[in-house]
Amino acid sequence: MEILGLLMDGFAIALQPLNLGLIIVGCALGLIIGAMPGLGSVNGVAILLPITFLVPPTGAIIFLAALYYGAMYGGAVSSIMLGIPGASTAVATTFDGRPLALQGHADKALIAAATASFVGGTISVVLFTFFAPPLAHVALVFGAPEEFALMLLAFATFVGLGGDDIAKTIFSICIGLVLSAVGLDIMSGEPRLIFFDIPGFFRGINFLVLAIGIYGIGEMLWTIEETRATGGAKISEATVTFKRTMAALREIMGAWKAGLMGSFLGYFVGILPAAGATPGALMAYGVAKQISKDPDKFGKGALEGVVAPESANNAASTGSMLPMLTLGIPGSPTTAILLGGMVIWGLEPGPLLFVEQKEFVWGLIASLYAANLAALLINIAFIPVFIWVLKMPFTILAPIIFVLCLIGGYAPTQSLHDVWLMVGFGIVGYLMRKLDYPLAPAVLAIVLGPLAEPALRQSLLINDGSFSIFFSRPYSAPIMIVALILLFLPLIKLVVNKVRVKKAAA
Amino acid sequence: MRIAELVMAIVMAIFSAYLMWKSAELPIGWIPDEGPGGGFWPFWLAAAMLASCLSIIYKWVRKTSPLSRSTEIFMDSEALKGFVLVAGSLLVTVGLFHYIGIYGALPLFLIFHIRFLGGHSWPFTGFMAVITPVITFLFFEIVLKITLPKGLTDEYFYPIFALFA
Repeated sequence: MEILGLLMDGFAIALQPLNLGLIIVGCALGLIIGAMPGLGSVNGVAILLPITFLVPPTGAIIFLAALYYGAMYGGAVSSIMLGIPGASTAVATTFDGRPLALQGHADKALIAAATASFVGGTISVVLFTFFAPPLAHVALVFGAPEEFALMLLAFATFVGLGGDDIAKTIFSICIGLVLSAVGLDIMSGEPRLIFFDIPGFFRGINFLVLAIGIYGIGEMLWTIEETRATGGAKISEATVTFKRTMAALREIMGAWKAGLMGSFLGYFVGILPAAGATPGALMAYGVAKQISKDPDKFGKGALEGVVAPESANNAASTGSMLPMLTLGIPGSPTTAILLGGMVIWGLEPGPLLFVEQKEFVWGLIASLYAANLAALLINIAFIPVFIWVLKMPFTILAPIIFVLCLIGGYAPTQSLHDVWLMVGFGIVGYLMRKLDYPLAPAVLAIVLGPLAEPALRQSLLINDGSFSIFFSRPYSAPIMIVALILLFLPLIKLVVNKVRVKKAAA
Repeated sequence: MRIAELVMAIVMAIFSAYLMWKSAELPIGWIPDEGPGGGFWPFWLAAAMLASCLSIIYKWVRKTSPLSRSTEIFMDSEALKGFVLVAGSLLVTVGLFHYIGIYGALPLFLIFHIRFLGGHSWPFTGFMAVITPVITFLFFEIVLKITLPKGLTDEYFYPIFALFA
């Protein structure tokens, strides 16, 4: 019951006026960002991280976590009202949310999405509260070899489970890691990879430069092209009255099974770095359809089809924070940026946080409970506001976001060198995205690079340069083996398929 | 798409090779009692990048990847125009930061986007072009105390800062 005591202490921190205010502002901003087509939690967190230096670290992470949550709620709004997912995490919500809106039940779909998000968020935070401390406790004995094995595992999930082109995934991981190596070699202090002797590279490449480049500039370039291609989508009307809300809530209760399943599934999928909220929501949709008594209704406006993915994507966002806080390995691109933020705030991510920074950890966990409730209330109370946001033309939104990116790229280091790099990364990243290069692995890599390299070099140093150290320790060996299996999974599949084809031919 | 795929892979292969060469400025092998040298980590990662690019090119030649068979165009003239205008405006704006500073360049950027690309009215454009830099100034320079680049306009801000001091 020690956990409950710590959680109570956490609430005392989360409910301080400043932090409570940050939760509410974070949720509201997150809802708006999530509701805008094209922008999701990762864009919001990347663009707004530079301004959080205004408040202490605990307040900063509480604000960003609330924003993360709010964006998961908000994504559903444009999925339902426009039929365009507000963020990739809300893709599955369009399948049944849009038909519901077209049948005149937009309010029901919106309330279902909000309630399901609340259920998913709450269940996953409870799971988180009880899973995180034991996991962190185990991780306390981890040394350099275990740390490296875990990071390799995180990257291996992208190769084995990511579903993108393997060569392009590996390329993306490696370029992120190499970019993180620019600057001074941490061990010898020698300058390294100083391109064309430009002095700006001595400071290294800040992960925010890449993150804002890709998720701010690149995303905007992408969305501008997309909106040109699809043209203006029609916004559905939603009538919200107390009576209709109550009736809707009663009907939503009937979909509890889908919500419960989505919450658990989303949470566990969310823990994996390569999976996260988008595939979690899609999987939950698929499972909900399979366990439904009436699978034919799916795609035509089934309430379970909204409840399952929405509970799953919120649960996944909590799930992705589990490895971030306990192991120092982010479970999603958004948590990768949060992790990078923690380093800037002077906190060392990893299991020691639970020992040395109790206030930070438990304040954050308690704030997740509060953020859930805040997001639910704000969401339902301000549905008309979010619909108004959707009507804001992109030609006004885009330049404002560009301005935020330009200033956000400058503020942390106050160097125009970084702004040039950021714009460059944004443009190149956009072109690569058009060619199906996955970019999330690169962002994860640039955050983990400065942690992964010393872990590898120290491990090799302890063992005189032999890789056997990774396979001779009780914790690193199984992690390493799973990582290698995942890395070679695509190759194994290829061989198995070839053998099958040959057999079929014979 | 087909040609873009190849061009990107070749450009990135050259970039990877450059990274390998650049990493090799530091020792890439084992140094007794010190462990792997400073170039070890980026060198082998860049080598993996090069290998990935070569594999993409190999698949392109054999036409076994989806993009190497795609007949779709990478960017039609409309998309290309939009891309050049938006990306170009960003580069010009950052360039202008060096000379006329952020408060000179941002209004120009906003006018270009809202009026000329967006087609909104002049009064609205003017409102946005004025209010955005003002909010930026108050929030970043006064509240956060982060000095934003001002280029040659630096001295004009002394009296404004004096107001808040």
